[in-house]
Amino acid sequence: METTQPTVTTKSAPRQRGEGTKRVEAWTQNRLMRNPWWAEIIIYGMLLVAGAITLLPIWIVFVRSFSPTHIIAQYPLLVYPRQLTLEAYKYIFQTPTLLRSFWTTVFITVVGTTLNMLMTIMAAYGLSKTEIPGNKLIMGFIVFAMLFGAGIVPTYIVVNKLGLIDKLWALILPSAVSPFNLILMRNYFWSVPADIEDSAHIDGASDWTVLWRIVAPLSMPAISTIGLFYAVGHWNTFFSALFYINDNSKWPLQLLLRSIIIETNFQGMGTTTGEVRQRFINPENIKAATIVFATVPILMVYPFLQKYFVQGVKMGAIKG
Amino acid sequence: MATMTRTQSTTSRWKSSLLLRRMWRARYLYLFILPTLVYFFIFSYIPYYGLSIAFKDFKIFWGIGRSPWVGFKYFQEFFNSPDFTRLLRNTLLISVMRIIFGFPVPVIFALLLNEVRHMWYKRSIQTITYFPHFLSWVVYAGIMLVFIAPTGIVNQITTAAGGQKIPILTNGTYFLPMLILTDIMKGFGFGAIIYLAALAGIDPQLYEAAVVDGANKWQQVRHVTIPGIRSTIVVMLILSLGGLMNAGFDQIFQFYNASVQESADIIDTFVYRIGLQSSQFSLGTAVGMFKGIIGLILIVTANSIVRRTGEYSIW
Repeated sequence: METTQPTVTTKSAPRQRGEGTKRVEAWTQNRLMRNPWWAEIIIYGMLLVAGAITLLPIWIVFVRSFSPTHIIAQYPLLVYPRQLTLEAYKYIFQTPTLLRSFWTTVFITVVGTTLNMLMTIMAAYGLSKTEIPGNKLIMGFIVFAMLFGAGIVPTYIVVNKLGLIDKLWALILPSAVSPFNLILMRNYFWSVPADIEDSAHIDGASDWTVLWRIVAPLSMPAISTIGLFYAVGHWNTFFSALFYINDNSKWPLQLLLRSIIIETNFQGMGTTTGEVRQRFINPENIKAATIVFATVPILMVYPFLQKYFVQGVKMGAIKG
Repeated sequence: MATMTRTQSTTSRWKSSLLLRRMWRARYLYLFILPTLVYFFIFSYIPYYGLSIAFKDFKIFWGIGRSPWVGFKYFQEFFNSPDFTRLLRNTLLISVMRIIFGFPVPVIFALLLNEVRHMWYKRSIQTITYFPHFLSWVVYAGIMLVFIAPTGIVNQITTAAGGQKIPILTNGTYFLPMLILTDIMKGFGFGAIIYLAALAGIDPQLYEAAVVDGANKWQQVRHVTIPGIRSTIVVMLILSLGGLMNAGFDQIFQFYNASVQESADIIDTFVYRIGLQSSQFSLGTAVGMFKGIIGLILIVTANSIVRRTGEYSIW
């Protein structure tokens, strides 16, 4: 990214390195760092509000999921648990469907991401060699597909013709390669020093060996980042399941979650809302527990997600 | 350095002027690309053939080939229907509102974070605010509904205070601001990363020079910080204008209900309803194609403008 040169620099005298510079720098550092005290309070305060706005809704739902019905009814804005119960969790783990959907999603995430990575790494490696004839043509072919999608109806017709409706492959194959990730990967491969590859080639290594033994291990930061991009995409996959999976025994997690937490429909769980009420469990309570159930896996891998996604955004920003 | 050695050594492999020989040397590389090409052919280019049903009276039973041509019938039908103005207005209005209200939030948030000198504070706020980005809209909408559903927390509080229920989900006047607000809440933290990266790239000497010149804190922000991220802001703004036709299907779908059709029905929700749910394949395809073409024009224009402003490009 270009660094803009602000106008203020024009007036400054040429800097002299020498005795006393350190002291001057310490002084300037100090001057730069400090905001007036009232500004500090405003800045830190506004950030606190931003954090609270983000965290509180999630926290309140978390507390609700452990709270008995009458407490929820009594204290709508329940910020700390007044009484603990695991009824809602007992209920959602009793139903066979939630765990089934969970494993469906685990399956498509694992298989889908593996396929994504194999195809993306291999194609990106080939395309990173700009010297091969037709490279520009192939890139053009892919970029055009990225910019102009035919829309959901023609894609549906193709998926249907391939016999993928109600098959889990319908959640994996139509999103096998993301052009965005492909380009990101290709750009990263450019930063791998070519002489290492070349000496391997001279030693008689094939393209296949060079890619998997040399280039891929050197590209682990990008591979982890892009792998997580794909994995989160699969975990959160919703529309392809909505379009292509009618059989609710094959629903991935997100589709079941929608029916429970948005449509308040417990039929997907093998019961009705009435039955839930009869068991003295508040539907609100179950919804909260389901939300927590869906959030915990993300929370568990969050340190990785945060690290690599931040890295990914920066990778994309440097030269897309 | 690396690039130098690279050009030198790669020429040894690719220097042959014979096209066929170079292609033969790259045969394994082509093989690496092949699965991806097949994928794009099947899932992006064959659907282009399917676009022809926008100009046909498509019946599943007849298939694409045997369905009769009807020319622009479905496009005319769409452009002349009241749906057209409603969908285009809603799509553009929601997108523009997102830009006006949503775009500045991550910028301001990044600028505020940049002023924090206690690393633990900065990290905590970042860790908290990035999190919702990773939740699906299903889950995040579920969390929001706990508050804004007809019997949700917000309405429990308003009625307990003696007020009336607020029809947040069923009245466009509340629904649209709710969309913008929840979208900001979910995305502002993560959206700030790109600006934080740009802020980290500002040369500290510029600040020192500004101080030497007697600039106060505010003047430093005004003359060093803002110019330092201006190009990033401009690029992000142009790119978001390029995505004007995408009003946020994944979000709107989760909150959508028939009572807000007049103000929240966008092109994508319509195409889904008409094209897949009511099986009006030809009309759905025509509307989807209309969106795709306008979207293509917008994004290509945006990219060429971005390219002209610097060495930045999306492809």
